[in-house]
Amino acid sequence: MNDTNYIGKATSRVDGPAKVTGAAKYAAEFNVPNLAYGYVVSSPIAKGKITKIDAAEVLALPGVLQVFSHENVPTLALLDRSYKDDIAPGGSPFRPLHSAEVKFSQQPVALVVADTFELARYAASILKIEYEQAGHETDIETKRTQGFEPGTGKTGFVPPPPPRGQADQEFERATHRVDQEYVHGTQHHNPMEMFASTVEYHEGGKLTVYDKTQGAPNSQRYIRQIFGLSKDEARVISRYTGGGFGSGLRPQYQLFMAVLAALELRHSVRVSLTRQQMFSIGHRPHTLQTVKLGTNPDGSLASLHHHALHETSRFEDYTENVVNWSGMLYQCANVKLGYQLAKLDVYSPQDMRAPGAATGSIALEIAMDELAYAAGLDPLELRLRSYADRDQNLDKPFSSKKLRECYHEGAAKFGWEKRNPAPRATRRGNMLVGWGMASGVWDASQQKAAAKVSLSADGKLTVQSATNEIGTGTYTIMTQVAAEYLGLPLEAVDFQLGDTNFPPAPVQGGSWTAASVGTAVKEACEALGEKLLKLAQKMEGSPLADAKFEDVEFVNGQLRLRLDHNQAVVIRDIVQASGETKLEADATAAPDLAKQKQYSLHAHNAVFVEVEVDEDLGTVHVTRVVNAVAAGRIMNPKTARSQVLGSVVWGISAALMEETVMDHKFGRYVNHNYAEYHIPVNADIHDIDVVFVEEEDDIVNPLGVKGIGEVGMLGVAAAVANAIFHATGKRVRELPIMLDKLL
Amino acid sequence: MPENPTSSSGAAILAPLPPTSTITLRINGEQKQLHLAPWTTLLDALREHLDLTGTKKGCDHGQCGACTVLVDGRRINSCLTLAVMQEGADITTIEGLGTEDNLSPLQQAFIDHDAFQCGYCTPGQICSAQGLLNEGKARTAAEIKELMSGNLCRCGAYTNILSAVQEVLDSQNRELRG
Repeated sequence: MNDTNYIGKATSRVDGPAKVTGAAKYAAEFNVPNLAYGYVVSSPIAKGKITKIDAAEVLALPGVLQVFSHENVPTLALLDRSYKDDIAPGGSPFRPLHSAEVKFSQQPVALVVADTFELARYAASILKIEYEQAGHETDIETKRTQGFEPGTGKTGFVPPPPPRGQADQEFERATHRVDQEYVHGTQHHNPMEMFASTVEYHEGGKLTVYDKTQGAPNSQRYIRQIFGLSKDEARVISRYTGGGFGSGLRPQYQLFMAVLAALELRHSVRVSLTRQQMFSIGHRPHTLQTVKLGTNPDGSLASLHHHALHETSRFEDYTENVVNWSGMLYQCANVKLGYQLAKLDVYSPQDMRAPGAATGSIALEIAMDELAYAAGLDPLELRLRSYADRDQNLDKPFSSKKLRECYHEGAAKFGWEKRNPAPRATRRGNMLVGWGMASGVWDASQQKAAAKVSLSADGKLTVQSATNEIGTGTYTIMTQVAAEYLGLPLEAVDFQLGDTNFPPAPVQGGSWTAASVGTAVKEACEALGEKLLKLAQKMEGSPLADAKFEDVEFVNGQLRLRLDHNQAVVIRDIVQASGETKLEADATAAPDLAKQKQYSLHAHNAVFVEVEVDEDLGTVHVTRVVNAVAAGRIMNPKTARSQVLGSVVWGISAALMEETVMDHKFGRYVNHNYAEYHIPVNADIHDIDVVFVEEEDDIVNPLGVKGIGEVGMLGVAAAVANAIFHATGKRVRELPIMLDKLL
Repeated sequence: MPENPTSSSGAAILAPLPPTSTITLRINGEQKQLHLAPWTTLLDALREHLDLTGTKKGCDHGQCGACTVLVDGRRINSCLTLAVMQEGADITTIEGLGTEDNLSPLQQAFIDHDAFQCGYCTPGQICSAQGLLNEGKARTAAEIKELMSGNLCRCGAYTNILSAVQEVLDSQNRELRG
């Protein structure tokens, strides 16, 4: 009997009590003594320069401490590389308050610091700034012929593979063809918590920075490089992050502002962005895609073309992998992929949940649905006829791939076989009912990460790693891993994160945290386990005296022989007998490249969607979703299910609601608030069924986990669009599908 | 448009700064004295003056519901009311509903149903759900969904929020019938 096997068991969040009572503290909630408040002034113009800042009236207000702008910022780091964070793309990073030049609408141009938040906000509203405007370009439509192929400046970016086969000739020869363009507008992450940094200034110039981020070490490196701070002078803490979705992968400008003000004023300072300013910190880029598909007579893919063009800023070449997935998801001998950027007077885009793949899968998977209709095949059958058993981009086998099972289990759960393929064939009263499906693929990635464990004489285990919790369940999963590997009850484990004093971990992104930090925690626990065994063997009359590490296990608070459970020592007694107050171990885990290099490492999913479309009003309700996911080992089905539920909500949102609308006359987003940037509310979301397909994989990492934060979003938006076609007979290729497109 | 158009931002100073005054608020059953300017919202009074940071700021414009608190048992957006307007009222925040050692039924149900991920909208969701229970209007799942739609959740935990609220509503109704 083993009660301390926690991995794979549905476990309530260990941080749940803190989150439901308001005890969990986010960046703007550390009310350090004698705090001043900074309020950011944003540029109303998209391009030009600041000609005058008149701060006299503002500075005369009692309680205003300072107005910071390019006119009075001290000399900071000179080189671009000092402003590059871990996730920076190629190019020249934006430097806040650096010069008079305005490069994008809502660019931060000044920071007003005052005794109270209200005064800082008021003072910011009356700060007089004059600008000289220059002509701006913000419309990707005007850049169709000016795309360029970017360099490889950004972590994780892989340029599309070279063409294979004879994609053009085979397209012309194909039995059935699709050749269409697919578009979606700009989207903003909009996590619920607005970006904020509270900087506590200590005597002598040391800072404790409470930052909203997806990686405290990344924030720390950034401010150390710019402000010339030592590690000790710049401790960054991020215990809870109120949603990220990629927006916190790069340090945001409120961090720079708060640190600047704290150092200059020798004062603790908090800077929080407004919801409006949350639209000035990066976005999923407006993207134009073309897909050309052709079939062989047997319905398999004869030719596949996928090209994407998206915006970036003038100063950085933001890149994401949009089209590569299309060369991998289906078997096809003749493939041509293209990827280009175009520069606009906007802020740099930024990774947003399943960056690139979420975008690419919309185009590819709507096109596949169109091809299914052209070929007279069921959309699922079409996909099965081009099932890829091998990653043709890399020409390697998959380490594991259970997409076929996703298709079958998802379809069975949904009742797909009952589908009447004819559009507009099913009704419920005034509602047209449609069923659509799609699928997706996402990286299974592991990064280098470290963890430290410390077992005290009372049997409590403290585990530390500078990783992050953005709602993904990191606290819970790492607690499960540590408890299982050292055979302790969950309650005896205290997992701590989000502190640069802890062993380093990468930013929380790329769905790699469970694999990366989980492996580090496992290895640190094993290192401690070996210490415990040695100490146990020194105990008088030890039943484990001759045991090797592989002969023993840690279960139910005991260290015991695997083959004779009666030969056991209580773990707590080992610490006490050692004479130490605590026993420690640490580990740095890195991917086993020798083992992995022969394989393609990926997670997959298949999504089935039902919509009801009001025939008269054009309103769409997504009434039912089944999302079947194969992502290796599921560490915690409860939190993993929630991540997929959230991914489905994101997909529905992308399909039907989300778009940041630019007024090109002003080069400015016009719906930059939560009332007009639409995301689903409770009443918009109906039945969602999550299926985890069993998948074992001992190649991806020692835990066999592939990550679940992003793969679940893939295919959802396309499946909704495909279901709308099935319901209405209208093929919409521009998202979001609002009712005007259906009337 | 002229060749080099200019633009300016910043409004004129219209009035002297508002003076601070002393007010008393009744929060979670306790009288709290505060010295603040009248332009301070209830939300900022809670977070910045009373260290009751369980109430969250998600938009400051009444668009997201993260700042929901109960005033005389009714749910309101605390960013849309000034603190001085609530003197004499009975204010309940998430901290007043339960503690980590003594969770309210809704707080426990939110944990059991995993009705949150990042946790930032959660106090507002729970206060809103408590207000919904107090109102006694919602009977069906569709009604709960509609009446919980003033609270955004970007993590997309809506189906689990529905399950949590429904469980507490059902058990309340059973008690009433029993």
